[in-house]
Amino acid sequence: MTSMKRSITTTYYLVEKEILSEFRTRYALNALMMFVVTTLSIILFSLGGETVPADVLSGLLWIVIFFSAMSGLSRSFVAEEERGTVMTLQLMTHSTSVFVGKLIYNCLLALALNIFIGLAYQVVVADFVVRTQSIFWTAIILGSIGLASASTILAAIIAKANTKGTLFPVLAFPILLPLLLTAINATKMAADGAYFGESVKEFQILVSFSVVIITLSLLLFEHVWKD
Amino acid sequence: MTTIHFSAQGISKEFNRKLIVENISFALGNGDSLALVGKNGAGKSTLAKILCGLLSPSRGSVGLTIDGTPVEYPGRMYPHIGFVAPYINLYDEFTGIENLSLCARIRNHSAAPGDRIEDLLRRFSLFDKRNDELRTYSSGMKQRLKYCAALLHEPPLLVLDEPCANLDEEGIAVVRAVMREQQGTGILIIATNDKDDLDYAGSIVTVERMKRP
Repeated sequence: MTSMKRSITTTYYLVEKEILSEFRTRYALNALMMFVVTTLSIILFSLGGETVPADVLSGLLWIVIFFSAMSGLSRSFVAEEERGTVMTLQLMTHSTSVFVGKLIYNCLLALALNIFIGLAYQVVVADFVVRTQSIFWTAIILGSIGLASASTILAAIIAKANTKGTLFPVLAFPILLPLLLTAINATKMAADGAYFGESVKEFQILVSFSVVIITLSLLLFEHVWKD
Repeated sequence: MTTIHFSAQGISKEFNRKLIVENISFALGNGDSLALVGKNGAGKSTLAKILCGLLSPSRGSVGLTIDGTPVEYPGRMYPHIGFVAPYINLYDEFTGIENLSLCARIRNHSAAPGDRIEDLLRRFSLFDKRNDELRTYSSGMKQRLKYCAALLHEPPLLVLDEPCANLDEEGIAVVRAVMREQQGTGILIIATNDKDDLDYAGSIVTVERMKRP
């Protein structure tokens, strides 16, 4: 078996392990679902019968997405640290496979969660009417991948710290700010009924963000992972 | 049989400018065994982790050669090392057999893993408990399963930190048999304070707690 094929196989089993582990422990899933339901309810009650402009509603949507990602996406590495299984993984495989496995799992989790939030938000918040669904869902998908990319490497870093809970959103906010601002803008364009071609610039930024973060993460991860 | 050569040259480790391990050197080949001894807190476990590539040394180097080919430290050492220590954990939410299958698959150890897993579970008297989640295991059973995981890929280098921790007499006997077998084929390194374990060591390195003036 070639080295590349071995790495892909290992990564596949690591993703499978993450998904199976999540279904057994409900480490992130329960917390995330509770967070989404709670925040959407609060938004719904606080808006009342008020008419709120689309840019504010777009911002609120990404606040829900950001904080739910903060409460769930760090779990992949923090859980390994808390259960004392980091060394087990270190003894089994190369650091790159671990990172890619966690990244794919976080992307899947973020996509599933954010698609649910996107659907629920459109159903629950009556004033939030998405006129160009293609822009909206592309922003959700690219935003989820960007969130997962940054969260994965940050989670690996903060898993070693004593103040994991507070450190994660504090570190993540400045890094994710360009992604959030761009995603909010794309969401607003979707609500305003812009053509898909008009939002290409936003999507280019979202893709570039993920590419830069993933590349840097692959370079840095071995140092974060080993000591 | 795999020809293995393992060496440590001037290994030192500092944590926050505090010297934990200083200037440890040795060289081992097939059939060699080494005991790391020293008082509690002397740095035996730290040294064991460095040797396995779980910690980087502050100074010095670790070298592993398999069949004359140097292996990248620490990045590519994992397929050749088996490590058992009380502070290493497997996954509580998986059953014993699931944990071992996971280890085999992640390691890409495809050579009849089912038979190998079953043999190891029987050897360590865990076969009847193979479908129970790890959270229901006692600490001694967990330690036995760690041995199964460490021996699954038949590593030429076996590092054991406190090899008999949490084990009953039956478990200790199996571990001692494993140590004897390893002495015959590959390299055995044990970090221990148990004098009985020293019977399985061809040479001894004393790790002393370092004090800076």
